[in-house]
Amino acid sequence: MVLSAVPQPTSQPGSRMSRQQQHRTPLKLTDNVVEVKSKFEAEYRRFALKKNGPGGFQEFYRLLQTIHHIPGVDVLLGYADVHGDLLPINNDDNFHKAVSSANPLLRIIITKKEDEPVVFGTNSLQRRKKGLGLTGLRTTGSGSTHSKNKPGLMIGLPQNFRQISSIIDVDILPETHRRVRLHKHGTHKPLGFYIRDGVSVRVTPQGVEKVPGVFISRLVRGGLAESTGLLGVNDEILEVNGIDVAGKSLDQVTDMMVANSHNLIVTVKPANQRNNVLHRGSKTSVGNSGSVGSAGSTGSALSHDSPSPASQSNPITASNSIAEGDSDDEDDDGDVILENDCLTPYNSHRVTNSNNTNLNRDSPNNRPHNSTVVRPLPQSVSLPNSIGASLSDSSTMMSSHNGNTASSSQESMREDGNIITL
Amino acid sequence: FPAVLPSPHMSRRKSCDFILFSFNKTVEHGFPHQPSALAFDPKLQLMAIGTKSGAIKVYGAPGVEFTGLHKDTTAVTQIHFLPGQVSSMLLSSLTHMRSKIRCDFTLSPLPPLFPSATRVTVLLLLRSCDLLCIGTEGGGVYFLQLPRLSLKDNHTLLQDQVTQSLPDDYRCGKSLGPVESLQEHPQQSGKILIGYSRGLVVLWDLSTRHADQLFLGKQQLESLVWERTGNLFVSSHNDGGYSVWPVTSGNTCSHQPVTSTIPYGPFPCKAISKILWRTTQTGGGMPRASYGDRHCLTIQQDKDHVTLDFTSRVIDFFTVHKFDDPSALVVLLEEELVVIDLQTPGWPSLPTPYLAPLHSSAITCSCHISSVPPKLWERLVNAGKAQQGRQHTHRSWPICGGKNLAPPPKQQELLLTGHEDGTVRFWDASGVALTPLYKLSTANVFHTDCDPSEDPQDPSDDPDMQQEEEWPPFRKVGCFDPYSDDPRLGIQKISLCKYSNKLVVAGTAGQVIVLGLSDERSDHLVDVSVVDLLQDREGFTWKGHDRLEPRLKPAPFPPGFQPLVLVQCLPPASVTAVALHAEWNLIAFGTSHGFGLFDYHRRNAVLARCTLHPNDSLAMEGPLSRVKSLKKSLRQSFRRIRKSRVSGKKRTITTPTSKVQEANAALAEQEEVAPVQRRIEPRSADDSLSGVVRCLCFADTFLRDGTHHGPTLWAGTNSGSVYAYALEVPGVGTGRVCERGGASESSVCVEAVLGKEIQLMHRAPVVSICVLDGRGKPLPDPYEASQDLAITPDMTNAHSVLIASEEQLKVFSLPKVSAKTKFKLTAHEGCRVRKVALVVFSSTAQEDYSEHTLVCLTNLGDMHLFNIPGLRPQVRYDCIRKEDISGIASCVFTKNGQGFYLISPSEYERFSLSAKVITEPLFSVQLDRPLEPTPASKWCVLMCLLSDGTTTQPQANGTHKNQMGQAEGRSEHTHTHSLSLSHTHTHTHTFPSFHFSPPFYSPSSSLSSLSEPLKLQPGLAGVPLWSPW
Repeated sequence: MVLSAVPQPTSQPGSRMSRQQQHRTPLKLTDNVVEVKSKFEAEYRRFALKKNGPGGFQEFYRLLQTIHHIPGVDVLLGYADVHGDLLPINNDDNFHKAVSSANPLLRIIITKKEDEPVVFGTNSLQRRKKGLGLTGLRTTGSGSTHSKNKPGLMIGLPQNFRQISSIIDVDILPETHRRVRLHKHGTHKPLGFYIRDGVSVRVTPQGVEKVPGVFISRLVRGGLAESTGLLGVNDEILEVNGIDVAGKSLDQVTDMMVANSHNLIVTVKPANQRNNVLHRGSKTSVGNSGSVGSAGSTGSALSHDSPSPASQSNPITASNSIAEGDSDDEDDDGDVILENDCLTPYNSHRVTNSNNTNLNRDSPNNRPHNSTVVRPLPQSVSLPNSIGASLSDSSTMMSSHNGNTASSSQESMREDGNIITL
Repeated sequence: FPAVLPSPHMSRRKSCDFILFSFNKTVEHGFPHQPSALAFDPKLQLMAIGTKSGAIKVYGAPGVEFTGLHKDTTAVTQIHFLPGQVSSMLLSSLTHMRSKIRCDFTLSPLPPLFPSATRVTVLLLLRSCDLLCIGTEGGGVYFLQLPRLSLKDNHTLLQDQVTQSLPDDYRCGKSLGPVESLQEHPQQSGKILIGYSRGLVVLWDLSTRHADQLFLGKQQLESLVWERTGNLFVSSHNDGGYSVWPVTSGNTCSHQPVTSTIPYGPFPCKAISKILWRTTQTGGGMPRASYGDRHCLTIQQDKDHVTLDFTSRVIDFFTVHKFDDPSALVVLLEEELVVIDLQTPGWPSLPTPYLAPLHSSAITCSCHISSVPPKLWERLVNAGKAQQGRQHTHRSWPICGGKNLAPPPKQQELLLTGHEDGTVRFWDASGVALTPLYKLSTANVFHTDCDPSEDPQDPSDDPDMQQEEEWPPFRKVGCFDPYSDDPRLGIQKISLCKYSNKLVVAGTAGQVIVLGLSDERSDHLVDVSVVDLLQDREGFTWKGHDRLEPRLKPAPFPPGFQPLVLVQCLPPASVTAVALHAEWNLIAFGTSHGFGLFDYHRRNAVLARCTLHPNDSLAMEGPLSRVKSLKKSLRQSFRRIRKSRVSGKKRTITTPTSKVQEANAALAEQEEVAPVQRRIEPRSADDSLSGVVRCLCFADTFLRDGTHHGPTLWAGTNSGSVYAYALEVPGVGTGRVCERGGASESSVCVEAVLGKEIQLMHRAPVVSICVLDGRGKPLPDPYEASQDLAITPDMTNAHSVLIASEEQLKVFSLPKVSAKTKFKLTAHEGCRVRKVALVVFSSTAQEDYSEHTLVCLTNLGDMHLFNIPGLRPQVRYDCIRKEDISGIASCVFTKNGQGFYLISPSEYERFSLSAKVITEPLFSVQLDRPLEPTPASKWCVLMCLLSDGTTTQPQANGTHKNQMGQAEGRSEHTHTHSLSLSHTHTHTHTFPSFHFSPPFYSPSSSLSSLSEPLKLQPGLAGVPLWSPW
């Protein structure tokens, strides 16, 4: 399952254009023209695009609308990438990506927006390509005969994509090791793995030595760890966020991982050494530029697209990385601080002291429940990143707050706890 | 050696660390766990106690105590002092017999001449100290020459030799059984009395190797004792009787004793396992147990006859006497030491200056108060004396060996322990000996099942009445009483303000009691307030225990701390945090549901705040609910037992502490067997018990803005939430009150306004919150600043707040809460913070230099020290075994760098992190032999100790100094007759192997001890079995 990573690309690496390879040689095509075959419902159109100046996404969108004679119809665009995956085109970046990765033909699939969402799938296209060609590409409404093979996975639009995992530091690690970064924050998906104690065999100058080690014992189905495909059962855990786990107990390692869970970087020695990055060079001659480019990455992290090893591109070029900076700052900002505006000294006291002071003397149980006025929100949420926003928020809050009756403010001050929710 | 955290900052700091920090385990307070042997040297006046875990503790006068620990946990079954002898012996269960150099417990192997695999039953050391007699299970008696422990050839007395001289009708083909007792003739050396299990007693002449006299006892023998003149001896038997036998020369065979008595007959009695006879005044003592499982000891003297009824098993006893005139009876029980004054009529018990039974009821929490003001100290001492007065005599402590050289403590320190039965005990923790000062009971605030009003007298008084009516004349002695009337009374949190003498104790059923110190007895009604912490949350039903019923009638309160206000939380969950600010008359308390703020001056609840997460269902279960039925039945059965104790019926004795330990051990085993697998998931917001309030703190700081400071209350929860309230306290921050003007009416009442709410991203439980002043120093305690007792806090620069969660330490700036520094302990080390304290470390090099340091105890039992507010790691020490969960949970720090933790249910280990503030034994023991203090011989002992320790140094008599002293070259302390065994603080960096060892000061006579299972085998080489820690 691939929910992978398309961070918002920032720039189009121009060099990628020239890496296009031509296996088939279509008629009259020069290097700077891309052959396009687009399909809308049952109709096909074939045309060519200039490679150096393909323009933007909007231009292309309008072009397709004219070509298919569907002006005014809202459509979604998709293209088949080198692996046969159906990927969306909805902005300049993935359009450029699509053009640059045309191999040599760029297949465009157009669907109506009002239809059910398109199923952008992995491997589905490829499989079909082998058996049936592209004609059976499942679109909405058309009861695909192939859907029983494997139901396509639902993939959101690229702007919703978010990086969930990456292989990092490939260049500095021995090839038998893999450093995987799991990006947890934001998802409700569990990290989804278990670790256990075990014995690791090390080869030392003194001979073979057995040392205690920590291993992945189980992956939870549907969990983040499983979905990345980068961690497997019996992988030995060597480091957690750069800290060697040697000599640490299982509980210590557990606590370290949990403490780092929002940005967990584990260095493992995979039990299955056949999938190691460097061994793939030969296989990826076709696809290497594809997946690397898709990330449009600035090189910090190689985004990992698919559990299939073929999608892993040559890592050396991809990740001249800089292990990404310590995430310390991120999590500081993560502390949420709620401020109570009533506390602004003079206002609140004036309110408190001039009105209903008898209420204060009541035990908390007796606080009034009869506030009839619309209860103002006495707090503003301020995240350290958005100080300015919160300040302005609070100032507006203040003004509205002061306009309200004293009794409600009284109440909010006394028992405001119940109305703060994070 | 102190382990030093590898850190880039270390190199720069290192030189300073060694001046500030140094880790030592200094002394053990309390009663040794599972004692198994007792010995007393009348000459040196030293008492030794051996334990099942292989420790030997030697005690003399108060302040004179030292400890040795077996490397392997081998039970010590017998200890013998070897008067005037240099080396001492130990028989261990490892089938070795070893001799050890007395002062450092190094062992040497037993000579390989010993018959194999014989269980040793008894040892006897002759007065001449050159011969050790060993009685075995097979009935043989072996003789070893001292100090070399070589078997004396041809001296071994096997059973056959004895049997030959027996009359045929007595012999009847059976073996005589194991040797049960060996006793040397009090007048004629070289004659020993040998008692066999079947009843035969032989008076054996060692020189002629011939039986002088045979005593054909028919009852199974338990023990023997000589009368002083040597004309009579007494044998005790397993039928509960004892017999007196005459020794007459010329008569080779006695068939009948002079007298034979079964004191509590005629019905079958249990065995008298040991008997002592002191002629001049007192009769012997006989532990007997005809009443079920009672643990009893009888003292008889003419018509006086008292049966001491103990709450735990009698291990052994001895009398302290001068020329046979016993002044005191010392009884070692499984759970306490009882000393009976035999010179005062009525034989009252003496308070012990050490070996305090800390666990007389299970310890549930503790709290340390340093530099107690003298006034408070005096009042506490007086209150304590008033309590003790009627129970104890004030005769001086009978065991007086050694001389305490420790200077009187510079300041008084209090250790407060909360117990399961609702008592708070105040201990004098200023010195080496932890002594009880005062005991506060909170049970009488409530109406309980066993209402003390029915029985206002202490139960130990009423046996006097029984004594007249009942036979045997039982008398309850000792204070070990593990049976709690009601577990809800248990104390969970204690806070004491030493300046205003206000005490807050909080307990298991949500009770928070504010007490004030009074020197007069008082009858009054305690004000009761109920605070609903659930507020209006719906859908929560408390399934735990009920709240305690407050007493409705005025109750008498003795001088001391007397309750003023009782606040009861609803639901009545156990209180998890309290804070007291006596200057503002405020207490804050938290449970698993929320926290409250109470003005005890105006008897007014100021605030109640629910911290429950909506999904938190477990919080409503209550701590006992899952085992509720079991617990309840246990409680009832304990109560039954208690009753039966008074009425004298049969009862069963279970030690709950050991039961719990067994259960824990079983649990631990189970966990080990199960496949160990851990799930990796980040903590989510809806974890159960997320609402538990973990810490509360009051501070005068800037919460509203950077210019106005005022009272604040901070609360941290299990889910990483921190709530900060700004408080309006009338009369505090008066400037502002005036500014507003005419607010006198409103300022009567304390108000709380929520100021900030911080949700830590990592959601780990908040362990501690502390506000730091403008210089980064912790704010002083209440009253300290206003009464010029501390440096006034810096209120001009921005304050900050230190929030320690289980995973991270963070400093946030105030009033705008933004992170300044942090240290992610768990992410780096994988350990979690359990206890945190801000400690002042004074420098040993510079008199007036000190640093505030954050001390963290983690779940791995190690101490991490951080500077504040920089949070840079300073140093790390391993302190407690990580498996010792109760030890870690019980750890309490002092303000100046010491700490205590429980090493057993009954013992506190005291440790010191400070290089300057160390409390440890310092004393000398007077020796009766001239010393030969040549540096060479000292070195010699030290060498053998360091190398393998297998060599005995029998005549290295001049080397009584402890090894530290020698290592330091402090030989000037060794003079001819007295050894000054001092101990310096700097030794720790000199000799790694001695690093944490408490000083071993050796008496000139030494110790031998006998361990289980006492199999002797020849030829097994010795590894040092005893070693300094």
